[in-house]
Amino acid sequence: MKVIFKIQRFNPQEDQKASFDTYSIDVEESARVLDALQYISRNIDSTLAYRKSCAHGVCGSDAMRINGKECLACKTLIKNVVQDNTIIIEPLANMDVMRDLVVNYDGALKKFRSVRPYLIPAKKAPEKEYLQSQEARENFDEASKCINCTACYSACPIVAEQPGFLGPNALIQAIRYINDDRDQGLEARIDVLDNPNGVWGCQQMFHCTRVCPRGIKVTKLINQTKKQIVKYRESRGEIPNKGD
Amino acid sequence: MIYTHEFDSIIVGGGGSGLYAALEASKNSRTAVISKLYPQRSHTCAAQGGISAALGNLEEDSPEWHAYDTVKGGDYLTDQNAAKILCEEAPHVIYHLEHIGLPFSRLEDGKIAQRRFGGHTHHFGEGAVRRACYAADRTGNMILQTLYQQCVEKDIKFFNEFFATDVILNGNKAEGVVAYELSTGDIHVFAAKAVVFATGGFGRMFLTTSNAISSTGDGPAILTRAGVPLQDMEFYQFHPTGIYRMGILITEGVRGEGGILKNNQGERFMEKYTPTLLDLAPRDIVSRSITTEILNGRGIKESHDIDDYVWLDATHLGKDIIEKRLPDITDFCRTYLDIDPVEKAIPVQPTAHYAMGGIPTDTHGRVHNGNTTYEGLYAVGECACISVHGANRLGTNSLLDLVVFGRRTGMHVAQYVNDTNSSPVRKDAADYTIGRVETLKKKKGVPLGPIIHNMQRIMMQNVGVFRKQEALEQAVKKIEGLMDEIKELGIRSDHPNFNFEIQSTFEAENLLSLSLITAVSAKNREESRGAHQREDFPDRNDDTWLKHTLATLHGEKEINIHYNNVDVSIWDPKPRTY
Repeated sequence: MKVIFKIQRFNPQEDQKASFDTYSIDVEESARVLDALQYISRNIDSTLAYRKSCAHGVCGSDAMRINGKECLACKTLIKNVVQDNTIIIEPLANMDVMRDLVVNYDGALKKFRSVRPYLIPAKKAPEKEYLQSQEARENFDEASKCINCTACYSACPIVAEQPGFLGPNALIQAIRYINDDRDQGLEARIDVLDNPNGVWGCQQMFHCTRVCPRGIKVTKLINQTKKQIVKYRESRGEIPNKGD
Repeated sequence: MIYTHEFDSIIVGGGGSGLYAALEASKNSRTAVISKLYPQRSHTCAAQGGISAALGNLEEDSPEWHAYDTVKGGDYLTDQNAAKILCEEAPHVIYHLEHIGLPFSRLEDGKIAQRRFGGHTHHFGEGAVRRACYAADRTGNMILQTLYQQCVEKDIKFFNEFFATDVILNGNKAEGVVAYELSTGDIHVFAAKAVVFATGGFGRMFLTTSNAISSTGDGPAILTRAGVPLQDMEFYQFHPTGIYRMGILITEGVRGEGGILKNNQGERFMEKYTPTLLDLAPRDIVSRSITTEILNGRGIKESHDIDDYVWLDATHLGKDIIEKRLPDITDFCRTYLDIDPVEKAIPVQPTAHYAMGGIPTDTHGRVHNGNTTYEGLYAVGECACISVHGANRLGTNSLLDLVVFGRRTGMHVAQYVNDTNSSPVRKDAADYTIGRVETLKKKKGVPLGPIIHNMQRIMMQNVGVFRKQEALEQAVKKIEGLMDEIKELGIRSDHPNFNFEIQSTFEAENLLSLSLITAVSAKNREESRGAHQREDFPDRNDDTWLKHTLATLHGEKEINIHYNNVDVSIWDPKPRTY
């Protein structure tokens, strides 16, 4: 089938503002958006800049906005998104465009690092493995699926309004560890989570959940964390730092 | 602009082996990782089914049986003491990964869960054993995330989106690497006492592959240009179960959980080929069996052509096992095939998956050329050839290789850099990179697409699961022609920021060099062993060919071959039946 791709182009070193280039190509029935981008850059316009790697939805390189919605290009079948024979491709939002579809991850990564996204052991390691029940393992299973593609960070309206807000991807990394019973949990991350730029920044708009290519129910997990924080504060006779 | 940096050790590549090496090396040396991606995007993330260690959490197991399986799986081209180290150190490394947070799936008693995988047996081949530790079907992703997060904690220095283009060698001594910074177009010279290449695989030389677009063999290609030989490049693994036409991997874990391969008659055809291990025979054997079925008209399309496919049927396992233990696979099938594996069989065909060959190293990751060991030059992970995988790698042993030898390499580097003085960087260190980029800017742009497509097609057709003399000769000639073509290639724009044209051309050149060496090595080896199956030499020939191939590139296209001994000091080679 013939499909028209309208792709946003921008080179901050030369252009005043972004514009769209249009490419009309024949694609196979089963093709993904990434296949089309690869075809265009290898055969029609090699100057098109976009990130890519694994090509099957597990590395997180090719998150972009396809017809306005954050998706992984390699996990999006053209036939499922094409409208009037056209597909519009734009870079992720809430991050500066460095060229075409390539955005600057620095801010998002800095926030990711701030939640201490690694195991802070609750006790000394045994000789063999820590024993962990299947239920305890299940408690952080969903959050452990995150590949930090930043689709949610782009879709989040709070990140757009409140630049200090950690954003869904950093929160998910914290949630992955605070619910792992091998970790010191909430206590070790309470300051960064319990504040207006932490979980309380989330206003439950569900955009993150809607776009997550890994199917993580992000908003639900953030809400669950809010309850954990309230309980933690109550148990110590304190009140959560919601900032209101 | 050209910038210089100085470190004790530089790791090129931020996948599982590179990050593990970085964690160890950084304990007492100034270490930096350069990656052409962001490390979390590295292709370790795509490994699915498991990582083996004889923990014996469900049934009796031993590192010795694991090592034997590894040697036999490798069709006796495996270096046996290296395999012994791999399997003996496996439990220690698995426990360490668990201690730093790896979310392994669990058994009811809280221990790490284990499942069956191809070629892994108890009592030296008596029957399948549950040895593969797993984190659902995203084991590699969890290893990568866990190691990256440890690097965040240790605040290891990363140079992200820096593409390595050259190694700085002074005789047999490594003095650094050169890299192209994608975001600026600047060239960086990294002076270092130790350089570790951990650049991963090069499956993108084939048309149908499970490998990432970024799997272009940059490390081996850089070293081959510097005169380092590459070992056993004719041994390239085709994974039996890639998604039809897309090559996306469907983990062997599906068969480990009980999935069955079926032909167009609905017949469980593996009964004919490997009556003991059935669908869990090693990958080379299963891929050949599928291809044999297809070529004999028992593929689903009955096309008699390698374009055909067979069924991987997991429907009898039930919704619970499929969705709990294989959630990503379920997602892939729903996304790409619009089928639910709970209800329907999955269409699969062999897909180019893993390079057993690569940069020759010892068991500390030190690069050698068969006679001499280089100083300060290391390689680890898929780009290296120790050789623990011999002529065919067993499933789960690649993740194990990454972490066991990533750790050993990092430990050796840490010691080496403390015993060594740094040397001043040569003034001409960046000349090759500068020259190549300048040439590209001067030439007229012709598209890269046809060159890549033609390389991938000829490699798939002529250097695939079955090989023969004329087809290999044809492939060598074709690749040589493409190497001439790419020299004429230029770029359309000389913008310095995110000029992917420049990087893509370097990558294509790297793949062409490795394709040539693979085809020439395959043409040279006149026997069949493991993944290297010659229709004109169908038998294994230990008298002549129980030896490693070392292929050295001279100039652009001339390849000289010499050999190295295989370590068979523990088990005598025997016929390989399952």
